[in-house]
Amino acid sequence: MFADYGQILVFMLFAIAFVAIAFFVALFLAPKKPSYSKESTYECGEDTEGETWVRFNVRYYVVALIFIIFDVEVVFLFPWAVVFKELGLFAFVEMAVFLIILILGFVYVLAKGDLQWDKPQPVIPELKRQIFKVDSN
Amino acid sequence: MPAAVQYIIIPLVKVVLIQITLLIGVALTVWLERRTAGFIQDRYGPNRVGPFGLLQPVADVVKLFMKEDIVPEKANKFIHSLAPAISVTIALSTIAVIPFADPIQLFGSEFKLQIADVNIGILYILAMVSLGVYGVTLSGWASNNKYSLLGGLRSSAQMISYELSMGVAVLGIILVNGTFELDTIVQNQAGWKWNIILQPVGFLIFLTAAFAETNRTPFDLPEAEQELVGGYHTEYSSLKFALFFLSEYANVIVSACVITTLYLGGYQFPYLQTFGLSPVLVSILQIITFLIKIFIIVFFFIWIRWTVPRFRYDQLMVLGWKVMLPLALANLTITAIIVTLLK
Repeated sequence: MFADYGQILVFMLFAIAFVAIAFFVALFLAPKKPSYSKESTYECGEDTEGETWVRFNVRYYVVALIFIIFDVEVVFLFPWAVVFKELGLFAFVEMAVFLIILILGFVYVLAKGDLQWDKPQPVIPELKRQIFKVDSN
Repeated sequence: MPAAVQYIIIPLVKVVLIQITLLIGVALTVWLERRTAGFIQDRYGPNRVGPFGLLQPVADVVKLFMKEDIVPEKANKFIHSLAPAISVTIALSTIAVIPFADPIQLFGSEFKLQIADVNIGILYILAMVSLGVYGVTLSGWASNNKYSLLGGLRSSAQMISYELSMGVAVLGIILVNGTFELDTIVQNQAGWKWNIILQPVGFLIFLTAAFAETNRTPFDLPEAEQELVGGYHTEYSSLKFALFFLSEYANVIVSACVITTLYLGGYQFPYLQTFGLSPVLVSILQIITFLIKIFIIVFFFIWIRWTVPRFRYDQLMVLGWKVMLPLALANLTITAIIVTLLK
């Protein structure tokens, strides 16, 4: 068994060696004539405007958070699936309870609209109740 | 047989053979893709270099090696070089757990036609597939270019969304087989019992997720040429671009291997063992069967690429989260119920 993992390691070392040799060969074959226009950041032939790390859609972040929750769920499911045939009905009921709790969370995320990528009318939260009484006079 | 031969020489020969086969396979896939594209678009593909243009990929590699490697001044130089190296290493390493044929008797001892028969084969594949996202994301970040950044972001969100459905779809197979071991899963698929028949919905989900994980059309949003120039490899040239190119096609071949192993009976040809052929001949026929199955899946990947247009990003997210994930969970539940009832 451990010998098998050793073989995987050798396999990976071969892949790494392949990449290293490729870099090494290119070092000798490729010409090097750097110039300002070559080394500037590409932006359709124009000079770059502003910062590269622009603001991006916050939903990428939300998707990553939801992914982590569900990925942990899948991690719990893997060992369960292997021994499922031996455990039978008991394991099924237990995992059903676990899954129902997670699916409730998934339905909540769906209902909140966090998985909806484009929102034609963005909902801006507003406060109806006045906190401070504004004296109109 | 001396221990040195059994534990050092034979594994090394296997490693070298499979790596070289994979690299040749990549070159052939590139050629096949360009010829098929030519055929589908009613034009000639590359047909000048060598017979039928077969040496075109070699010429391309030589050309790319001879080109200047341009690294933008503002890029993070170390990570800019590291990213393609990660992509290629991961793409070339995943194939290590795939079985190619039944174990054969040679010089009085049994040896497996597989690099490593580990008991967590499926977990290894899923782990390597998840690592693949680093190459793309890091290249997008390190290039210090807006197009690259957007491509990298899209790619990470896309890959993690589809990884979930992929994992849950594979759970169905583990439920049916009760093991992570790929060799056992292939053995269980002897005769007519291919997993595609037992798990048709799981197969569809896995196939779709495989397209998304390899960034192939219709899921090639990370490098959507019309909007993002080249996506995450906008700032890559010469060797590093070649490495990204190589990793994409290696990923296609590895996905084809995984799909074949998990769903299409791996190296099994239905009822081949009952014909009473000699074991070595059986193994050779199994390897040929395996290669033919891989070829069909790879051709399917290419065919889809030149037939189906790209998704919009919101369509991609809706498909991943609102269609595939619920479908995969339903598939898992129904499989669990059936397995419980049949016990």
